[in-house]
Parts: sequence; structure tokens; C-alpha cells
Amino acid sequence: MDRIPILKLEDVLLVSIQVDMHDQLALTLQDDLTQRIVATRARAVLIDISALEMVDSFMGRMLGNIASMSRILDAHTVVVGMRPAVAITLVELGLSLPGIRTAMNVDAGLVLMRKVLGRPDEPADGE
Amino acid sequence: MECGFSLVEQTKIVTAASELARNTVIYGGGGEMRVERVQEGPKRTGLRLTFEDHGPGIADIELALRDGFTTGNGLGLGLNGARKLSHQFDIWSKPGAGTRVTITRWK
Repeated sequence: MDRIPILKLEDVLLVSIQVDMHDQLALTLQDDLTQRIVATRARAVLIDISALEMVDSFMGRMLGNIASMSRILDAHTVVVGMRPAVAITLVELGLSLPGIRTAMNVDAGLVLMRKVLGRPDEPADGE
Repeated sequence: MECGFSLVEQTKIVTAASELARNTVIYGGGGEMRVERVQEGPKRTGLRLTFEDHGPGIADIELALRDGFTTGNGLGLGLNGARKLSHQFDIWSKPGAGTRVTITRWK
């Protein structure tokens, strides 16, 4: 079965979606991620969607679910790299992804995570 | 099929198509999609997509078009979302006979 790889970088789980997302793949990712968060005690999940040309309401819901589930498991989620056309379409569709942190790219996402987690090398801004 | 849509327009069309295709599969039990290039007058061209199924149909179309309404387990944004992403939206449905949704986006 197809799977989206989940990489572990210190206490961050990095997911880069490089394939056309279909429903089953999104559901599998949701399951895999929650298990990996618990298994690795990750504190943050970074999802790179820069390769996604389309995000529909199902995929938007999956991203929201992943963020909510991660939060319950004590991890924060950042979605990075959304294409401008995807952002325009999502909002017009009526989905503004409330509760999901976003950043321009993986670098900015990692900086944001460090702040959220209040690392000693970065000043915490209390989210 | 070349229509000269911008990237944002293409993204909107593809997203609307994804929403409607999912409805056709999940609620209609599968069906078919037709794509056609349409012309209105000498200058106006567009793309028209038709999704048709022979599923249970929609009892209350007005209700089904309301954001947040769903009989499944989705967000209830698909049908109205597809309408918002299109310039023209037509829906025909008859309980027991099926559903046909047509969307058009003009260039």
C-alpha cells in the first residue's frame, strides 16, 4: 500500500507530500502520524504541501484532523509551503483552516516550532 | 483541451471537480463526468463539467447546498464549494433517479 514517508528530525516529524493525494493515502497518513508521534514522543509535526497543486475540502479536513489529533497528543502542527493558488481556492471554497499554523517553507516552519516549543536558543513568545 | 485558464482558475476548476467527483462516488454510488469546451458569442469561451450519477438523488437540494450540511461524514462544503468556485452552477436531482451537476467556468 502507498505510504507517505515520515522523517524524524530531533523531536520534529517531517512529512513532505510529493505525490497526488488521494483519500486513502490521507487517511493512512493520519493513522501513521498519530502512531509516530506517540512512538517517537515528537513535539512537532511539519507538513510540507508545496508539491500539492490542489487541496479540496477532504484534504483540508484531513489537515485539520491531523492538527487536532497531534495537539491532543501534545505535539504542534505546522503546514508549510502552500501554493498561492491553493490558498485562494481554499478560502473561496469556504475553508480557512482554522486552528492550523502555517509557514512559508520548511525553514520558517522550524523557526516557528522552536518558538512555540519555547526552546532555550529561541525566545518563547507564548504562541 | 486548451482553454487558456490562469493557474488560479485551473486550481479552482480542478478543486470543484474533485468535490463533485467525490460526491458522485460517495453519495451517487459512482457515475460519469463529461468535459466540454463551451462558447458563447464570438469571444466568450469556457469549460463545462457535468457529473452524473444514478444514485439515490437529493431530497432537498436547497438544504444540500447549505454550507455545513452533510448526510455523510464530511464537512458539508463540497457542493456549495463547487458552486462558489464556478461561474455557473446547475443541479438536477430526483429521489430514486440520480443527480446531475453541471458547472461552467468562463475564461
